[in-house]
Amino acid sequence: MSTAHQKLERHSLGFAMMILVVASIGGIVEIAPLFTIENTVEEVDGMRPYTPLELAGRDIYVREGCYACHSQMIRTLRSDVERYGHYSLAAESIYDHPFQWGSKRTGPDLARIGGKYSDDWHVAHLEAPRELVPGSVMPGYAFLSDTRLSTGHLPAALKALSRAGVPYTDAQIENAEKDAVWQADFEQNYEGELQESYGANVQVRDFDGQPGRLTEMDALVAYLQMLGTLVDFDSLNMEEVNR
Amino acid sequence: MQRSVNFENAGLLAALSLVLLGGLAILGWGVPLGYVLHGWLIALAAGWGILWMLNRISDGPAEVPLEYNDKVIRYGVIAALIWGIIGFAVGDILAWQLAIPSLNGDMSWSNFGRLRPVHTSGVIFGFGGNALIATSFYVVQRTSRARLASETLPWLVFWGYNLFLVVAASGYPLGITQSKEYAEPEWYADLLLLVIWIGYLILYLRTLARRAEPHIYVANWYYLAFIVVIAMLHTVNNLSVPASIAYPKSYSLFSGTQDAMTQWWYGHNAVGFLLTAGFLGMLYYFLPKAVNRPVYSYRMSIVGFWGITFLYLWAGSHHLHYTALPDWVQYLGMTMSIILLVPSWASVFNGILTINGAWDKVRTDPAVRFMMVAVLFYGLSTFEGSFMAIRPVNSLSHYTDWTVGHVHAGALGWVAFITFGAMYKMVPWVWKREGVYSLKLEAWHFWLALSGTLIYVGAMWNSGITQSLMWQTYDADGAFLYSFLDSVIEMHPYYVARAVGGLLYLIGACIGAYNIYMTVSGPRKTETRQTGPLAQPAE
Repeated sequence: MSTAHQKLERHSLGFAMMILVVASIGGIVEIAPLFTIENTVEEVDGMRPYTPLELAGRDIYVREGCYACHSQMIRTLRSDVERYGHYSLAAESIYDHPFQWGSKRTGPDLARIGGKYSDDWHVAHLEAPRELVPGSVMPGYAFLSDTRLSTGHLPAALKALSRAGVPYTDAQIENAEKDAVWQADFEQNYEGELQESYGANVQVRDFDGQPGRLTEMDALVAYLQMLGTLVDFDSLNMEEVNR
Repeated sequence: MQRSVNFENAGLLAALSLVLLGGLAILGWGVPLGYVLHGWLIALAAGWGILWMLNRISDGPAEVPLEYNDKVIRYGVIAALIWGIIGFAVGDILAWQLAIPSLNGDMSWSNFGRLRPVHTSGVIFGFGGNALIATSFYVVQRTSRARLASETLPWLVFWGYNLFLVVAASGYPLGITQSKEYAEPEWYADLLLLVIWIGYLILYLRTLARRAEPHIYVANWYYLAFIVVIAMLHTVNNLSVPASIAYPKSYSLFSGTQDAMTQWWYGHNAVGFLLTAGFLGMLYYFLPKAVNRPVYSYRMSIVGFWGITFLYLWAGSHHLHYTALPDWVQYLGMTMSIILLVPSWASVFNGILTINGAWDKVRTDPAVRFMMVAVLFYGLSTFEGSFMAIRPVNSLSHYTDWTVGHVHAGALGWVAFITFGAMYKMVPWVWKREGVYSLKLEAWHFWLALSGTLIYVGAMWNSGITQSLMWQTYDADGAFLYSFLDSVIEMHPYYVARAVGGLLYLIGACIGAYNIYMTVSGPRKTETRQTGPLAQPAE
């Protein structure tokens, strides 16, 4: 071994190439098959791309670095499932670019936070966490209620996501700005249009308690309220899914 | 010769023009203010670089001095210290925010989530990266007996890398982030780093190619692995689709499970090749030099090196135990993580046994003490890492402060200790000083850093295990005994202790920076013939 290695030590470019080859193997074996083996991601009903408003909310979640303290991944452990709900399926994050599974729970898991609390609770909690939850160490996000949601980039955002493989239609991309405004419309005038475009499980209402004003709080709460709600686990046969 | 210089200048000018065009595009089309400012910063830096190069070219070929290029190393040391103190300070602010949440200020830019990457990037890429670039330039020249292969490229690598750091760290408080752990910089900063990194690789290979020694010394293997593998990881994990040139925002090319696996393949090997391989390179040069002993075993070096280079890349999936990642990848990652202990500890023993015959220096020379303790912490955290990769252990440790403690045992105890040890040796060498200004201050730095690390890691072990047990405790009826909030409230004393430990570490680093500053502003070696009570290095 030593003599062969002594030869290798004499060639800088050869040594660098050897490093690249040896270091590539692990990734090729572990990552590449995830794209080709079919049962890596289950086939389940209910999954749909994010609506523009939910996506804007998710972008805020990403911007604020929420993942540093909140996971979105319920593991198959009993203590996870009983505290947070059905364990997370791979299918539930197929439209997550990037994934937000997280690595630390300074706060609780959020994979199924949708529908557990009212909009009002979320707004009040985000604005001043310790008013509702004494002992919480979460920062306050009152500025979200004061910041108008900018929607100008949403068509480009949907377009970029469709390039990465999310099945947005041309109409959805074109209407992205309008759809974002419609989803937070307090009169819910366009519920039908949105549900026709994105699916029956789209929630349409004023989320931030400020009717007529589209804020970043609207978007974030719309996102939080749909997290983990798309797949209906009561009607899902897990044996079927696992096969 | 002249021809190759012309060729090099053309290449570098082309690269700089590309960066300039990118900067101009961003400042021209960009919409958010912070993003436009980044465009200005990039364009100005690249424009300044082009003018600087043109100026040098018009001056005609300068005489290349027949000595090592140490000036850029001095800049690297200073940059590492500045980023280190920024990174440690922000880290301690974050620690206090968790202990006293009102310190968040509840303003967008000051909240924990936005400041955290300033801390992680500041210490990993700012402090660690600059220290690695500086020491790699030092080591490759000495062990090759050759001057750096270019007069221009080292400066472009140094300034370009620090430009990347400024763009990244100033973007986070403004909300410019991909929120992929340790890969937070957005697409344009990633592209900038890629250009610089290719330059770094070319410079390193070309310097090795002009070596006067037939063999490449082991420290260079590690530095080379650090450069090559980081290039690969950085490129693959940051594949993304930018929304448009008008916005900093991009969406990762992969999603969900595939993105998670790619990210932790990256994340774990940023640890493996930046925080481990790079600093092992440092260890393999500066420890033998400091104790004036040869490396204990050549064979152990080979086994350790290729073991780490091969196995580390398989271990990333242990970050995803019990998740929606297919089980076969989880088990494979766990198995490889356990085997990884063998080459890791080969390096530990190789390091410790190198000190044999010079153990008195651990007592008399604080720099050697720094390095010796660094090796011990490396042994501790690699053992702990393999242990935590075992699934049942991981079900206890994952998502808790134990992970945070583990990372800091490695980062504070291993990475920063070996860096400080190496710097206390290298600073007098590159500035041509007799020795470090004060051995007493050096010892103070050591003990503050050690006690800070132990307090930090001890607090996080306790809080992590407490947290996890509280999440898994049931009462007699099978209901949870504690709410999540109970576990948060229970953390308070540990969070205070952690912040105090971090503060001690920060104070130690400030003393270290002062000591190095005084060393540098002291008299040059050749100019002094003092016989008074000047601090004597132990060698």
